[in-house]
Amino acid sequence: MSTKSKSINTKTDSNHDERLKKVSKLKLLLNRPELGALGGAILVFIFFGIVAGDTGMFSAYGMLNFLDVSANLGIIAIAAAMLMIGGEFDLSIGSMIGFAGICIAIPAIYWGWPLWMSIVFAFSMAVLVGYFNGILVVKTGLPSFIVTLAMLFILRGATLALTRLITGRTQVPGLRVLIENDPVAWIFATDTFKWLFTWLGSMKLIALRTDGTPLATGIPPSVIWFIFLAIVTTWILMKTRYGNWIFASGGDKIGANNVGVPVGRVKISLFIGTAVAATIFATIQVLDAGSADTMRGTLKELEAIAAAVVGGCLLTGGYGSAIGAAFGAIIFGTVSMGIFYTDVDTDWFKVFLGAMMLIAVIFNNYIRRKVTESK
Amino acid sequence: MPDYLVQFNNISKFFGKVIALKDVTMKLRKGEIMCLLGDNGAGKSTLIKTLAGVHKPDEGEIIVDGQKITFDSPKDALDIGIATVYQDLALVSLMSVTRNFFMGREPMKGPPFFKTFDIEKANKIAAERMGQIGIDVRDPSQAVGTMSGGERQCLAISRAIYFGAKVLILDEPTSALGVHQASVVLKYIVKAASQGLAVILITHNVHHAYPVGNSFTVLNRGKSLGTYEKKDITREKLLSMMAGGEELDKLEVELKEMNRLSAQ
Repeated sequence: MSTKSKSINTKTDSNHDERLKKVSKLKLLLNRPELGALGGAILVFIFFGIVAGDTGMFSAYGMLNFLDVSANLGIIAIAAAMLMIGGEFDLSIGSMIGFAGICIAIPAIYWGWPLWMSIVFAFSMAVLVGYFNGILVVKTGLPSFIVTLAMLFILRGATLALTRLITGRTQVPGLRVLIENDPVAWIFATDTFKWLFTWLGSMKLIALRTDGTPLATGIPPSVIWFIFLAIVTTWILMKTRYGNWIFASGGDKIGANNVGVPVGRVKISLFIGTAVAATIFATIQVLDAGSADTMRGTLKELEAIAAAVVGGCLLTGGYGSAIGAAFGAIIFGTVSMGIFYTDVDTDWFKVFLGAMMLIAVIFNNYIRRKVTESK
Repeated sequence: MPDYLVQFNNISKFFGKVIALKDVTMKLRKGEIMCLLGDNGAGKSTLIKTLAGVHKPDEGEIIVDGQKITFDSPKDALDIGIATVYQDLALVSLMSVTRNFFMGREPMKGPPFFKTFDIEKANKIAAERMGQIGIDVRDPSQAVGTMSGGERQCLAISRAIYFGAKVLILDEPTSALGVHQASVVLKYIVKAASQGLAVILITHNVHHAYPVGNSFTVLNRGKSLGTYEKKDITREKLLSMMAGGEELDKLEVELKEMNRLSAQ
């Protein structure tokens, strides 16, 4: 359709609209969903810098410690955030962590499978569970809250029952010896940048053990996964067609459907995403600990959702950011570890977690009103 | 009759025993605005959904450009160029103007497997298109939620035209708008028609329909009360047909009687 351009009030070159000058960089930044979490993370670092600056929390070893905790939470928080932007919840993340751990350990220890095959098996199960969650929510139109709450119990129960049935106990140890020479396990079990830490140790820049090796030996795999996922998901959300579909599906699923967005497929893929993220979390932890525990990951789904909310995700969907959830996870991880370096009783951590979430929800609500209010 | 762009002949739709539509016929030429008038429950929604490919008609035929056509889905209708703008507009208020404009049909760039959403190009087109209809989008990355109702309606229509609509079906585009906003939208609809689109304007507001329509079809209880060219019918006649004129006449008599009794 050829249309003549007449009565143009706005300059078509959006880069040089003179009215845009008045919108400062700061205001643009204020409209970003992750701003609150970024600010919160900076505050948390300043706080611990003052309170616990001289305690070893910010030594190489201490930092890797709280980064590891943050990263583990971050891996599932990012996936939870993507799903929340897509307008759904997944309460079965924690149970999926326990289930995935068992899916790795039992075949590897009891059935004699090579470790890599058990890991592939666990990820296949994750795709199945995610697909099942997704198809159930999409086909029945039931709230994902209920569907995945059911899955929370089913998966945890099945994990316990099957493990006890096959092994007679609730823990499966003995995985550590299998990691070496496995073609896949290293992806989830290798500390990286070891040379850097060895060099830093030899220069006496970081703390050493009595035998002369550095206390912090390398960047844990969780941190690498965390950074990788944060970058990839942010890229997907901001730069790809699929990212636009995620926002659209969460913002208004009927409208999105009417203009040709495959809402069902988008949602199912996001449910698979949370289950797979839970399995990445589980694999890293199981290989690190050398054993699988049926209760692993309990309540993690709520922490992941809390981090996503602190990161700027709206509970109603259609708004949020993956990088925000990453900052949310860093806040929780840093506080949960940092609290050990202060005189504060660690019991207070949960109080902090809850308070943080409340503040975030109120803040997000205010932002949403600002974004959507009419002129 | 090749001069009609689109014809809906004797469309009927049944839901079980309920006759939702019976023998509804509508014919449109290029550049024509046909107003579909009807009170609540007259079958407007069912008719739109049938035209848009959501429902399959049980009887009747749809002819586009002289060819008989059947739709299996809204996408089929869209591919042929019949675009429907529903009352909810299919806009996400939390998303930006650009992201809404290209929702589901994003322009892409880059090598295969690493294709990305070409947001610069999308911003440019969205701002250009909105500019053409005189809507000042200061920043195409602003959320649609910050726009007025009329602007949103225009955005939805403009999007449908950009993506190749030949026949535009508009479901109550002015019902939620104030007088000024409504006139902005109506002006835009006339402009769109003058560029060669056929427009079906669904409304229950005769005052909005009469100034812009070329012809009027009145729907009552699932049946068409006929199609009238503008020169053949007055605003008042349309109003009374729509509301079921007889009923109102009866009411008037009853009221008079009541007044007379209470005056005694």
